[in-house]
Amino acid sequence: MFQEVGTTEMGDLIINVGPQHPSTHGVLHLVITLNGETVKKVEPHLGYIHRSIEKMCESLTYRQFIYVTSRMDYLSSHINNHACALIVEKGLQIEVPQRAQYIRVLLDELTRIASHQLWWGAMAMDVGAITPFFHAFREREVINDIMEQTCGARLTMNFMVPGGCMYDIHPDFVKSVKDFMAFFRSKLSEYDEMVTNNPIFQARMKDVGVISKENAISYGCSGPVARAAGVVCDVRKLSPYDVYSQVNFEEALETEGDCFARYKVRMKEMNESMRIIDQLIDNIPEGDFQAKTKAVLKLPKGDYYTNVETARGDFGVYIVSEGATTPYRIKFHSPGFCNLSALDHMTRGSKIGDLVAIMGSLDLVIPDIDR
Amino acid sequence: MSFLRNYISTVYNSVRSLLIGMRRTGYYFTHHKEIITQNYPENRDQLNLPERFKGEVVMPHNDNNEHRCTGCTACELACPNGTIKIITKFDISPEGKKKKAIDTFIYHLELCTMCNLCIQACPTDAIKMAQTFEHSVYDRSEFIKTLNKPDSKLMEGVE
Repeated sequence: MFQEVGTTEMGDLIINVGPQHPSTHGVLHLVITLNGETVKKVEPHLGYIHRSIEKMCESLTYRQFIYVTSRMDYLSSHINNHACALIVEKGLQIEVPQRAQYIRVLLDELTRIASHQLWWGAMAMDVGAITPFFHAFREREVINDIMEQTCGARLTMNFMVPGGCMYDIHPDFVKSVKDFMAFFRSKLSEYDEMVTNNPIFQARMKDVGVISKENAISYGCSGPVARAAGVVCDVRKLSPYDVYSQVNFEEALETEGDCFARYKVRMKEMNESMRIIDQLIDNIPEGDFQAKTKAVLKLPKGDYYTNVETARGDFGVYIVSEGATTPYRIKFHSPGFCNLSALDHMTRGSKIGDLVAIMGSLDLVIPDIDR
Repeated sequence: MSFLRNYISTVYNSVRSLLIGMRRTGYYFTHHKEIITQNYPENRDQLNLPERFKGEVVMPHNDNNEHRCTGCTACELACPNGTIKIITKFDISPEGKKKKAIDTFIYHLELCTMCNLCIQACPTDAIKMAQTFEHSVYDRSEFIKTLNKPDSKLMEGVE
């Protein structure tokens, strides 16, 4: 399976990128076949950060397994936890209080903004600009502080529990979120000034890594990667969970399918997330933040599936229950894995310098791909 | 001719966009108050961690060296990693009644993921999260902590 690094009989050069490479954002190993400077084939090799999370979850109870999912897609850990909480609620038919639903969606959208901010900084750094990274982290820091204040942790929150949230929101939460929104809106012009309108950046991104709508569907792409190719796939719109059915927002769509389209989709999504937060933040209803649940949760016998929209795409949880306190089998469908599978198609025929830009535009989080 | 015009306009636009970006750099170079980086560890005294911050599990004791832990092992069952191990003993009260009490409450900081499930499970609020975060030590055996203080007793009225 592993091809030797060197030259083939055809005169092609085979090189390794990773597992230790700064632009793969983790331990991703790519075996690249090159003809001169042109990429002929990209073969991702996974398994360097496999922690057997699915198998681990089989030995944990329905309350305990949620915290592990924060460690998969650590940039949208709230949304992963949300999916796990939703599936347990679906199985036990727990009615979640309105207040809890509002808090969850607010935190989800804050997580999405934070994730896209980090992606924006990392993307600019991948194509050679270092300053945007620090600007992105400055804004992300404010969200992290809000998370720290309300959830007690900055990255792996474990705030969503079956039936609602672990705590009520912090008394200062509404004020801090509003402050952040005003702060972030004032800084968004910097984003456009420094990166979006830069002709050098656009030249690196436009018509690079093009994927058509048909191919995006057949590779199973989801999230901004598929939406940039014109696929309508936002789970928040198609099968709304919690209070997403009550808020007005638009699905960010582009048709070009290149790196710049993916860039634009994510920038639009940040604006749409802010729109959702604006609608919810003033109307958080009074009431309980957690439904009353039994001390020991047992899902009835059967199989359950639920999916949510993370910052990277469609994240699904599939549970087979035998009626015990722990799941019999659990399977996570992660968006990063499907998006990575399209990398070979996108890079074929492009130059090796574009490979890093394409990988950056896919927004890969390796622990999500390789659970 | 049009090629030359395109070439010059591309160079002009690129240099212009770089200057626009550099203007932003110059702005922050001259506006020191907008810089948000902190001088850690020099600012340790001023660090203000939120009260919900999950740093480490501790067991608060009052002035009479009394805690609220009854040894029900609810936290031990709730923990996903086996971080908590409670060794119980039987105290004999002056009336001659046997009563379950904790002997040692062992907490493995090296296994803990700060998921807060033990705090939620505790029926008597005996344990809570502390706002410490500088956990590095020279030997890993220092991570294994006994949370109840020596000769501590169960607080009156906690069942």
